[in-house]
Amino acid sequence: MTIDMSQFYQVFFDESDELLAEAERLLLELDIGDPSSEDLNAIFRAAHSIKGGAATFGMTDMTEITHVLENLLDRIRKNEMELKAEHVDVFLAAKDILKMQLDGHRSGSAVDQDAVNDIKLTLQKLAQEGGRAVTPPPVTLAVAAQVAETVAQEAEQALSTDATKQYRVQLPELPEKDVTALSEELALLGTVEALPAVGKCHVLKLSTEESLDNIVAICSFILDPDDLVITELEAATDSSGHTKAAASGKQQLLLEIPDVADKDMATLVSELELLGKVTLQPAAGNLQSLWLETEESRDSILAVSSFVVDADKLKISERGDAVTLAPAQAAPAKAKSLDEGDFGLFDSSEAKPASAAPQPEAKVQQGEPVENKRVAPRRESDKAVASQETTSIRVGIEKVDQLINLVGELVITQAMIEQRTSTLDPMLHERLLNSVGQLTRNTRDLQEAVMSIRMMPMDYVFSRFPRMVRDLAGKLGKKVEFVTNGAATELDKGLIERIVDPLTHLVRNSVDHGIESPEVRTAAGKNPIGRLSLSAGHMGGNIIIEVSDDGGGLNRERILNKAKSSGLSVSDNMPDSDVWQLIFAPGFSTAEQVTDVSGRGVGMDVVKRNITAMGGVVDIRSASGYGTTISISLPLTLAILDGMSVRVGDEVYILPLSFVMESLQPSADDVKDVTGQGRLVKVREDYLPLIPLYQMFGIEPLHREPENGILVVLQADGKKAALFVDELVGQQQVVVKNLESNYRKVAGISGATILGDGGVSLILDVANLLRSSRQLIAEPSIH
Amino acid sequence: MLEAAGSKAESQSAPPGAAQGENSEFLAFTLGSEEYGIDILKVQEIRGYESVTRIVNAPEFIKGVINLRGIIVPIVDMRIRFKLGSPTYDQFTVVIILNINGRVTGIVVDSVSDVTTLSPQQIKPAPEMGSILSTDYLIGLGTLDDRMLILIDIDKLMTSSEMGLIETIVADI
Repeated sequence: MTIDMSQFYQVFFDESDELLAEAERLLLELDIGDPSSEDLNAIFRAAHSIKGGAATFGMTDMTEITHVLENLLDRIRKNEMELKAEHVDVFLAAKDILKMQLDGHRSGSAVDQDAVNDIKLTLQKLAQEGGRAVTPPPVTLAVAAQVAETVAQEAEQALSTDATKQYRVQLPELPEKDVTALSEELALLGTVEALPAVGKCHVLKLSTEESLDNIVAICSFILDPDDLVITELEAATDSSGHTKAAASGKQQLLLEIPDVADKDMATLVSELELLGKVTLQPAAGNLQSLWLETEESRDSILAVSSFVVDADKLKISERGDAVTLAPAQAAPAKAKSLDEGDFGLFDSSEAKPASAAPQPEAKVQQGEPVENKRVAPRRESDKAVASQETTSIRVGIEKVDQLINLVGELVITQAMIEQRTSTLDPMLHERLLNSVGQLTRNTRDLQEAVMSIRMMPMDYVFSRFPRMVRDLAGKLGKKVEFVTNGAATELDKGLIERIVDPLTHLVRNSVDHGIESPEVRTAAGKNPIGRLSLSAGHMGGNIIIEVSDDGGGLNRERILNKAKSSGLSVSDNMPDSDVWQLIFAPGFSTAEQVTDVSGRGVGMDVVKRNITAMGGVVDIRSASGYGTTISISLPLTLAILDGMSVRVGDEVYILPLSFVMESLQPSADDVKDVTGQGRLVKVREDYLPLIPLYQMFGIEPLHREPENGILVVLQADGKKAALFVDELVGQQQVVVKNLESNYRKVAGISGATILGDGGVSLILDVANLLRSSRQLIAEPSIH
Repeated sequence: MLEAAGSKAESQSAPPGAAQGENSEFLAFTLGSEEYGIDILKVQEIRGYESVTRIVNAPEFIKGVINLRGIIVPIVDMRIRFKLGSPTYDQFTVVIILNINGRVTGIVVDSVSDVTTLSPQQIKPAPEMGSILSTDYLIGLGTLDDRMLILIDIDKLMTSSEMGLIETIVADI
């Protein structure tokens, strides 16, 4: 029976990804001077789990690296070696290599073999250095040799006889697959031989240079260490462990059964197999014989056998300790002889049962509770494992999206019912209206719950930065303290994935341009260690993500000069906020020199574009000498937005509320014509361009004069404009539907939604409107 | 009622293959005085006309979009597009909802008559017929007793740049 392993690959990949990420996080958090043993253990476990998985799937390259890694970690966690900064660096590099190998296995991407070998050698070197300091050299050599796995099998064998010890590991009752898994685990420590089972307990012989503790640690992944019996064998034990097995309470008994039918024999064998291992011997005449290896007493055997054969006729003889031949070899040879006396080595069976008699009851009684005790803890641990597994499930994103769509439909239907029942007489239809009210509440709850499925903590993004900042700061010779806040803040998965790149860019920028070198900082009277903080939090219906550094701040003069030289229209008395927005212009970089980190001027505009595409807004605050904060405001999700419905003529449109600043009815005096083309409206101290929606969309409006209608002040891309509509209808949450799935993109429209009455309403693309209005109306000045 | 007829037609049409040599079923509808036929397998359902939401700056024959059980579906008035019949909208106006490769579109026609089965022998190649509908978009002419159906290759027509329903093709031109 072969199992198709490929179905488990994905699980292994996902798990390894998580483990690697976890290991990296722990490594970064490690306090070099005083590493917490818990963290070290966790890192060790991660390495070990990956090794186990990789070995199972035959990914030997990963097994090799993890094995070396594991050895080093193990010695560190046992305080046999001191943790040094270089270790952490190497471990991080090893993690990268493992990640590369993992990706290689997953998607067939290229694996840099040189890098793999480099890291293997580095790890081995570290293991040797550390070993010399603490442990006796031969063992270290053995470890290194084994670790490299370059040593030929013979050499390893030779080593194992010198430096290794042999252990007899008696396992508790375990399913076959666990035993196999365990043997494979142990095989990584040394050579494993299966010895004949004792009752239902498997026995392994392990030759290894690892300590007893290690063996127990490995076994403890699969079973309760208390159930484990490990005894050390003399190094020179001959390859047959049978004698030892016998000595530990197991007996090899020869049963001779005369005059028995084949059918009865079969029954007997199956009965006896319950007691231990049965080896059938060739029948001699009508005398059947078999070997039974068991812990049970003779009385038990007699009791079992008596169901099938007359107890008097059954002969049980014990095999002497002196026999060194395996029974399977010995017996067939000897069984040829019909004469029982020829065996000579065995005592007469009649005498033995009597001498064994006093034991049986005690044994049987003992056997039962032991069995129970063994089973109980297993079940408990099974339960613990199960409960851990059920805390999260992996579900395809399309399933979640489907669920969200369906709930969206439900919300619309519910709104429809609500709208239709609202005209009913509340006195006559009290009960119906109550039920509708309840439906409304339940629908809201359901919607919230379903939306939360897609939500992921920001930690998913934040967790990748400590490493990046550390590497970058090291490369640039800067000292940076990295702090995160609000990592638990949740954001839609779709947004989370899209925010990674812009954030990476901003963090890089902060380390490269923002934070100064330690000398400059000291000269400026600042702490030589720069501080970079990444925070996330809710504000209104938005998520605010801020990248903040305490570096030099943006240089207003330099930005203005650069802008002038690149031909952007700027004036010296622009407000700071407008100057800062200039850095989002394509090709804009004020870095004095281009580094491989940043400075090429590609990026900030891409950052801005990506964030705008997500419906977000980027804002910069900066003070010279005190640092820069870049603040990104994002909607909670893309699937649902808060909208303001506005009417023009017969049409109702939805404006995303995030763009709406305010709405007002202007007086006729505040509206000015500019060169007969466009119109401006004075809103407090600002003159804003007026966008008449009816003109842009060619609708017959109710009002043509702004003072009769309503102006909605919109802000997008840092530009403000006033949209002229007939009236405001209301504010509501709408489910965004894609117009392009069955139609095509329409300029000025970002999507559609379904209103409470079942009708469709289009959602306005505010940024696009503002842009096209500028083309429609002759470019008005903004201030 | 119309919807029921549509779904019935759909279920009836399950077995016939569009393969050559086999009979195929066509949904017959009228535009003005002419009778047209389209492959029944492309028809999702038949509905009455309901108010649509106008799409800004769209050509006149694209009436707008409707909400079809949560899906936003554009509605094309074939009468306007091909200048046939009078574009009036009342309770008898019929919308055929098409599903072409997963894209759902509605077309407005004057009326839907029946579903007819045509054998390959009954389908004659279409002659060049003026400018209303290029023969590129015709499968042929179906003859059934004294009726003549103009069989439209609706798949080709709806994805064509002439309809302007799909962006990529528009962009190509």
